[in-house]
Amino acid sequence: MLRTLTWFVVQRVLWSCATLWLVFTATFFLMRLVPGGPFQLDRNVSPEIRRNLIARFRMDLPLPQQYWEHLFRTARGDLGPSFTIADYSVNEILGQGFVVSSALGVFALLGALGLGVPAGVLSAAYRGRSVDRWVMLLATLGIAVPNFVLASLCILVFVFVVPVFPAGGWGTWRQLVLPSACLAAPFAAYIARLTRTGMLEVLGQDYIRLARAKGLRSSAILVRHALRGAMLPVVSYLGPTTAGILTGSLVLEKVFALPGMGSHFVDAALQRDFTLAMGAVLVYTLLLSVMMLIVDISYVLLDPRVKIGE
Amino acid sequence: MWELPRIDETKSYGHMLAEARAMRGTSLSRDAWTRLRRNRAAWISAMFLLCLSVLAVLTPLLPLDSPQRQYLGSGAANRQLLPPSWKGGRIEIDGPGGTIPLSVALRRYDELLRHSTVGAKVEVMHPFLRLWHDLRPVDYVLVRCRLRCFGDWCLPSWCGTDQLGRDVLSRLLWGTRVSLSVGAIAGCVSLVIGVFYGAIAGYFGGFVDAMMMRFVDVLSSIPFIFVVIFAITVLGKEEIRAELQRHGIERIAIFYLLIGAIYWLTMARVVRGQVISLRNEPFVEAARVLGAGHVRIILFHLLPNLISIVIVYLTLMIPSIILFEAFLSFLGLGVEPPNVSWGILANDGIQAITPLRSYWWLVFFPGLTLSMTLLALNFLGDGLRDALDPRLRQH
Repeated sequence: MLRTLTWFVVQRVLWSCATLWLVFTATFFLMRLVPGGPFQLDRNVSPEIRRNLIARFRMDLPLPQQYWEHLFRTARGDLGPSFTIADYSVNEILGQGFVVSSALGVFALLGALGLGVPAGVLSAAYRGRSVDRWVMLLATLGIAVPNFVLASLCILVFVFVVPVFPAGGWGTWRQLVLPSACLAAPFAAYIARLTRTGMLEVLGQDYIRLARAKGLRSSAILVRHALRGAMLPVVSYLGPTTAGILTGSLVLEKVFALPGMGSHFVDAALQRDFTLAMGAVLVYTLLLSVMMLIVDISYVLLDPRVKIGE
Repeated sequence: MWELPRIDETKSYGHMLAEARAMRGTSLSRDAWTRLRRNRAAWISAMFLLCLSVLAVLTPLLPLDSPQRQYLGSGAANRQLLPPSWKGGRIEIDGPGGTIPLSVALRRYDELLRHSTVGAKVEVMHPFLRLWHDLRPVDYVLVRCRLRCFGDWCLPSWCGTDQLGRDVLSRLLWGTRVSLSVGAIAGCVSLVIGVFYGAIAGYFGGFVDAMMMRFVDVLSSIPFIFVVIFAITVLGKEEIRAELQRHGIERIAIFYLLIGAIYWLTMARVVRGQVISLRNEPFVEAARVLGAGHVRIILFHLLPNLISIVIVYLTLMIPSIILFEAFLSFLGLGVEPPNVSWGILANDGIQAITPLRSYWWLVFFPGLTLSMTLLALNFLGDGLRDALDPRLRQH
């Protein structure tokens, strides 16, 4: 078991490396699409930055050699200097943003699970009743309403009509509530639907009937017996959820003025800061691969029947 | 005694055949159609989407204010951030001495053209081009029709006006055109790529299939949104844009292609699975025995059998494409002003929120339209899935 698990992890890490390399290559050559290379920038680049960049990237070398050097440098974890923010390296900028983004992401993930799973259980327990119908209606709405629309409505309501939360910024926990709630909402809705479907499937099985015949309270049956089996589809959905949360944080960091990695990335894209944008793309790819790996491993651990590598 | 059922001689076989012919069985597609009709949510959604599309196509015909004319003057000429109202207006254009109605401006322009000598360059811009960016020939005719029908009268700004005094209702409808066409075009692009890729992989199987699907696996672990944003960053540089424009490629076309090119992965997987299950069916064997080539089998024998599943996945893919466009435009990376799309409108709404006052109509109406469209597409997709393939129905 342990050996196969290790082999599985090694295999997956190799695939992630291949993915990262693919992304790196694509972004590298896209960057070279700009006539004269990435350093033929707008006029406002100071000569120091330009000199630094040329020295750093060895622009005078032939293209294959540039590519290899750049690849090895990136592989060592050095993403190079920023184009637009003088004196800062991409590593420093992304490092600062990462703290904010990860706080947001973790809260959103916890919120999505903490809201979605109980809602799904409730809905399955009261199948066909009005509670079920309301929860499912809310879930459908949650899936359809985009997070930035939800965010703007939340700002209108919770900042202006009932002033409970601040409209944005970073520093206190109160400032994280609205963004993480908006980020979590669509995923909570999806998880609620998945939990409900899983629960309904499990609740029809014999061991549940046995537990009921034993005289267990229905709440105990729901939580201790049924939920475990119903969680599998939810766990396998966590991979796409992570991807979605990474994407969603791009928008919500913008809306709520959070200084996270996403807003740096968008600014970099708008100001054509190629190194910063490329660094962010690579970091996002890495994050996604790591999360997918964790999800897959936990899936195996949760259900012994799942064979590794299938 | 047991008796033979008496056959009425007057009721000949011909008659009975006619009777049998009248008792037609329902075809599968007709059956699916009935099931769809019976699903109320899906049917209402379909009607809503149909209405929205018709409105989007006929937007130039509707008596709306210009989506890009700004009202920044003083007094009554200033229409910045007006709440929704019921007072109808008049479509006007800035003339040499104050504003003039559009019909007058148009008449003057036509006269100018008539009196100018042949070959002389007319320096004055067509009044339509000052009020509407990027009018296609058909739209031009529609605007002319609108002027015939409604004159200069235009609908009240039911959705209020924005920071620059532009009419939100008009912007919303013109934005609907852009957003829906992005969904349709990018959807078609990924439909074509996905169906052919999946069909080829599934049909040939073996090594080809393994390699093609491995490639799809690698691609699907790339967070494409970020790569696309990076690509847009590069393509947005002035030099590249000028270069592309020289080849007659517009930025928005690239935008459509880029979006379309990333959403085909699921479609390819689904189509491949379906093709694998169909590949060994007798009808494919029969076609092969009759001497049909691979291309013919894929195009005329396999693809028609994929239609229902492809339709279902297309309806579920289009909302995510529309959302993706809105999301990029919201960040300022998608459709560029003076074009409008729902994402741009939503962003305008957020920008207008100040600590002093909230302009709810700027947030509410674009958000409502976008959410309702996505909701309707989701309902329709679910309904189509239930109707076309009842086995897939969930609890």
